[in-house]
Amino acid sequence: MDQKRKIRVLVAKPGLDGHDRGARIIARTYRDAGFEVVYSGLHQTPEEVVQAAIQEDVDMIGLSSLAGAHMYLFPRVVELLKEKGADDIVVCGGGIFPEEDIPKLKEAGIKEIFTPGTPLREVVKWVEENVKPRSS
Amino acid sequence: MGIAERVTSGDIRAVARLIRDIDDKVPGAREVLKDLYPSTGRAYVVGITGAPGVGKSTLVDQMLTHLRKAGKTVGVLAVDPTSPFSGGAILGDRVRMQRHSMDEGVFIRSMATRGYFGGLTQSTRSAIDVLDAMGKDYVIVETVGVGQDEIDIVQSAHTTLIVLVPGMGDDIQALKAGILEVGDIFVVNKADREGADRTVNDLRLMVEMDEKRYKNAWKPPILTAQAVFDKGVQEILDEIEKHRTYLTSSPERGSTLQYEKVKHDLTEMIRDQIINKVLADIVNSGEFEEALQSIMKRELDPYTACDTIVLQKLKSGTK
Repeated sequence: MDQKRKIRVLVAKPGLDGHDRGARIIARTYRDAGFEVVYSGLHQTPEEVVQAAIQEDVDMIGLSSLAGAHMYLFPRVVELLKEKGADDIVVCGGGIFPEEDIPKLKEAGIKEIFTPGTPLREVVKWVEENVKPRSS
Repeated sequence: MGIAERVTSGDIRAVARLIRDIDDKVPGAREVLKDLYPSTGRAYVVGITGAPGVGKSTLVDQMLTHLRKAGKTVGVLAVDPTSPFSGGAILGDRVRMQRHSMDEGVFIRSMATRGYFGGLTQSTRSAIDVLDAMGKDYVIVETVGVGQDEIDIVQSAHTTLIVLVPGMGDDIQALKAGILEVGDIFVVNKADREGADRTVNDLRLMVEMDEKRYKNAWKPPILTAQAVFDKGVQEILDEIEKHRTYLTSSPERGSTLQYEKVKHDLTEMIRDQIINKVLADIVNSGEFEEALQSIMKRELDPYTACDTIVLQKLKSGTK
């Protein structure tokens, strides 16, 4: 009856960072916005994140990092998506990052970076404006 | 290569996208399913259900380890509820199974229930077919055992596991008429907790009381497990194998079961399509709205309205 596609998002925490409160709040926020959110849990390697994203056929990956390894982990996810021919999946990141890293992350293919204090409404709005559910 | 061929050759991306199309009811997906059907019927389907938090996902995770050691490939469909308010869902079963994500012999997919008109039963059944056609030896379907849809899903499995935990006490009696009746194997998980014996006994009593039903038929065993410590998991798999042997040992039983399954599936499919097509037609019609207004004013009763609308629809057919 209803043929409207739903936005599917993977929320993942790559690396050895165990602080998932932010990721959980984001997952909950996305759910309340009507998205289907796959949560893959803590301590994921970039390979695992990408494999999960492909199996789940998500439109976007939201990476969370508070432990400082984002300069390796985030670009690696983008790289692996490219290798697998799945670079139509949008990647964005949230967490605590030194100011000077943000342009570098964007250059590496992370579409947007959200830092502490970003209103949840804006995070949802960004997804609605920038992530389209796959059309074919 | 067509999508169906890519699926049968095990292309993960093709499989993942097809399941999404099925979920989103993209018309093209149905065509692919038609092409795939001859390649289905090989996988053994295990349904796992139980209340939230009883350890279903953890059990599935351990079963994956055992089945992989035995050289079997496995597809997993993990179903979680859609929020009735936002239409969104958090699908978290994967967290427990993520260590298998890099294993090419395992394909894990989370699905949301998508509410009343979501057609969960149908889309799950189709997704089982896809994983079957992909060549998986086993397909495990995990659902929260709360609604009729969920019961229907596990009923389309060959073997259905019901997972419980100690401390449910008299709740078992309350549950009896529902989900417990569809179980082929009962698992009391977290069996190190107080009250495990009591739960096992309650279940045993329940099964014994249904003696007539199980005469000359499969009698559900009651097992204990501590899935998180991998205790009792191999025994569960052994029972699944026994049940499988039971189902396939007599050709007569095998074909009766298959007949029932095919009949059930086709009936459901026809029902879904009738509901989708005919109901949509009716609900979008002017008469329907008129009837609603009249009923609200008590000028018309819903029974007469229903009879009139249905009769009229049956006469005119669908566009």
